Amino acid sequence: MQPTSHAFKQNAHEAIADAKLQQALGFFQFGQAGLAERRRQAVAKLPEFDTLRDSAKAIKDHTLAHLDWYLERFEKNCTEAGGHVHWCRTAEEARQTVLEICRKVGARTVTKGKSMIGEEIAINDYLSENGVVPIETDLGEYIVQIRHEIPSHIIAPAIHLTQKQVEQSFRETHTHLDPARQLAEPRQLLDEARGILRQKFLDADVGITGANFLIAETGTSVIVTNEGNGDLTQLLPKAHIVLASLEKVVPTLEDASTILRVLARSATGQEMSVYTTFSTGPRRAGDLDGPGEYHVILLDNGRSALLGTEFQDILRCIRCGACMNNCPVYASVGGHAYGWVYPGPMGSVLTPALIGVEEAGNLPNASTFCGRCESVCPMRIPLPKMMRHFREQEYERKLSPKTVRAGLALWAFLAKRPALYHRLTRLASSILGRLGRRSGSFYNLPLAQGWTGTRDMPAPQGQTFQAMWRARRAG
Amino acid sequence: MADPAPRPRVGLFVTCLVDVFRPSVGFAAVKLLEECGCTVEVPEGQTCCGQPAYNSGDRADTKALAKRTIEAFEKFDYVVVPSGSCGGMIKEHYKELLADEPDWAHRAQHLAARTYELVSFLHDVRGMRTVNSRYDGTVTYHDSCSGLRELGVKQQPRALLRSVAGLKLVELPGAEVCCGFGGTFCVKYPEISDKMVTAKTDDIDATGADTLLAGDMGCLMNMAGKLKRRAMERGGRAVRVRHVAEVLAGETDAPPIAAAKEG
Amino acid sequence: MAARDQILGGIRRSLHRGVLDGAAAAPLEQRVTTPPRGPIPARTQGLDQGGLVDQFERCANEVAASVTRVARLDDVPEAVASFLAQHNLPADLAMAPDPLLDRIPWDKRPLLRIRKGRSDGRDPVGLSAAFTGIAETATLMLASGPESPSTLNFLPDTHVVVLPAGRIVGPMEDAWAKLRAASPAAKLSGEAMPRTVNFITGPSRTGDIEQKILMGAHGPRRLHIVIVGDERS
Repeated sequence: MQPTSHAFKQNAHEAIADAKLQQALGFFQFGQAGLAERRRQAVAKLPEFDTLRDSAKAIKDHTLAHLDWYLERFEKNCTEAGGHVHWCRTAEEARQTVLEICRKVGARTVTKGKSMIGEEIAINDYLSENGVVPIETDLGEYIVQIRHEIPSHIIAPAIHLTQKQVEQSFRETHTHLDPARQLAEPRQLLDEARGILRQKFLDADVGITGANFLIAETGTSVIVTNEGNGDLTQLLPKAHIVLASLEKVVPTLEDASTILRVLARSATGQEMSVYTTFSTGPRRAGDLDGPGEYHVILLDNGRSALLGTEFQDILRCIRCGACMNNCPVYASVGGHAYGWVYPGPMGSVLTPALIGVEEAGNLPNASTFCGRCESVCPMRIPLPKMMRHFREQEYERKLSPKTVRAGLALWAFLAKRPALYHRLTRLASSILGRLGRRSGSFYNLPLAQGWTGTRDMPAPQGQTFQAMWRARRAG
Repeated sequence: MADPAPRPRVGLFVTCLVDVFRPSVGFAAVKLLEECGCTVEVPEGQTCCGQPAYNSGDRADTKALAKRTIEAFEKFDYVVVPSGSCGGMIKEHYKELLADEPDWAHRAQHLAARTYELVSFLHDVRGMRTVNSRYDGTVTYHDSCSGLRELGVKQQPRALLRSVAGLKLVELPGAEVCCGFGGTFCVKYPEISDKMVTAKTDDIDATGADTLLAGDMGCLMNMAGKLKRRAMERGGRAVRVRHVAEVLAGETDAPPIAAAKEG
Repeated sequence: MAARDQILGGIRRSLHRGVLDGAAAAPLEQRVTTPPRGPIPARTQGLDQGGLVDQFERCANEVAASVTRVARLDDVPEAVASFLAQHNLPADLAMAPDPLLDRIPWDKRPLLRIRKGRSDGRDPVGLSAAFTGIAETATLMLASGPESPSTLNFLPDTHVVVLPAGRIVGPMEDAWAKLRAASPAAKLSGEAMPRTVNFITGPSRTGDIEQKILMGAHGPRRLHIVIVGDERS
């Protein structure tokens, strides 16, 4: 998909003005306690949570330092179990590989579990263009698909929509159903989707899922879901294709168990998601069901290049969404404003890391560095620090706006010259202090319209502390 | 652990916003520090901690400012800062910034070990548990992000505020949510900043408090400016906004932030 | 293969080293052969079997799975029949061809219509046996095999799972230990690992519409667990 991250400011402007989106974001923040609060409650009930975070971080750091070895071991075990591993350097290579597998089994329709890698390589459009029909089955992804949108959150794809918008989309799309039917209750919407998608599951030739983990010890892929769609996607068709980026691998089943303890709690406040499924290879000789083929797409698409750089830590991300659930910027503008696959704080690091700072430079800048994301990240990823590294790259390449650069350069110039600094600040304080003395603030300040457009600027008291201090010491 | 040193020498890092906009905060800080037995000096060579340059990716200028700050302050027993964000810059970020220059890195580490945000210094290092001031009003408190997450400032201001005679403290829902100032953020993304400060002031209004306190001038100016603008547009009096040091020191003669001079 | 070599080469170049083998690979080999455990939450440590069963039942209620406890396998038909009647559910079951389930005297409840095999999508009720139950989170572990079709876990509207009390363990790590112990070479690589290992915690649900939690998304709307016996069975 074509990123619009370069237009973040305009996207954000439209998002703030979008009443329906703002209503939906209200449910995201506060509905049924909101995802942030649910996480907080789940964490409060597990005394070992912080210790588990430390272990989870250590597992991923160890794995990343030995990523090649663990990927080879994964491949060996996956192959021994009858699976096929496909190494793909780029999104294009991955797309072509998926299409080839679909063609070989004569696929007409493909069901899909939720996969952010699928979004990253834009697999749906590619399959459609090549005569294979992709059908999203996660309810949120299905809703987004029939609206021709992209997901706005990595766990809850339709979080930007109100129930009424969902109802409208169902009516517009499910035209084979009685227009007079009741659809005002969320229960009715869910049952309608369940009914329609049930047949799609049964008819699909290929099922594509993502992977929360790949396990080197056993050659296994793991998905973590609540709906059961990921399981129906992989069990029923002729072939199961797993889309996984390189950094999904962990060494052992025990390692997965450790990280699972922090994953669901961080994402939705659940102790375990309803379905955590470990899949290894195609159906065995005596099995009564299961896919005839099992393929794992190992996608690089920039990951190996991030290793050994100051951005390596983002590869620990387990896609829980806690950062965006707790980010006040995300809560203000929603996920689409970020303009690509990954929104929120993790998206503000991963997006420029994968598609470049020229396109996505706005994202790491649109942060107050409040640090809440890092404080809730189960993998202890230093998100603000990496956003700051991107700002350093932009500064060195002179990508930031001229006015801001000039202002900061002037400030730094003065701050390095205390005598001049003190003289000028005294002058500014005195002038602005006098101008603002009666009302105490400025309703309008040229050069500060961004601020005074919507809030007053408090006036200085009229003298600087330094000047007063010297005077008091002298006197 | 309370520090038993009889009369420690404190270097006050006053911060540019306090220096230029609200010296009364600086004097309140001095009063509190002297009350708990410190001598206070204000080195003249201080200007800015370097955070605006740092968060804009200008490491070179940040390093220059960091080195000046270290030079000006390393002779003191403690460096005390009436700001969580400037305090955090000195205490947490200088060492990382100068990590590739071993001599400066060492000096930065030593300075970091002796640098504190004001209220946490009074409470955690000097063992202060009560203040002798009076404030008649209902107060709500906003946790500035850097102070909270980088320096662990949370319970200390609340503990000391509870000892102020006449003061009633009500918790602010979402006290730990960013107010939207973020230094250059409010200039680069004013619309999002305004949305965040609107949510914050909604929460403040909902408490029914007549006074808002916090430990960082950036946050305070942002919230005070919004509260005043809303009060003007809707009618009614704006919540009074002050730096927590002013109330703890009993220095509330100066008009609140953004407020008109009375009389 | 060009892509494979380039990716592995890229990883090694980024990490400034060559291939890991010999002494460098030994600890990694060790880790995947004898996997170390991470921190195990205290909540199931030190519980006896009865305590684990109680813990399992408590957590199950919290995730909206219903639980019936019976003393013996002989009591299972009655428990299943009355559960179905209570919720007005059809008495048509697709049952896993599991030896444990075969030992249950279903003729005690002849009104239950039972078909053995996988589900084809038209079964109102599925009946499985769990390999283990994890008390820490009231999670059922079901492993695919000739006696355990995974479609039974997802296609029927209602899923009933028989869980002998003696199969309940504390943490997930103990479940893996049991699965390893049950495999011929006592390790789970290659075909020794079942094709599908499902960890199921409550009935299917979604929160995708305005954050409202609704049961019965694509998987079963209802999950009923029949725990058999107080000790080993």
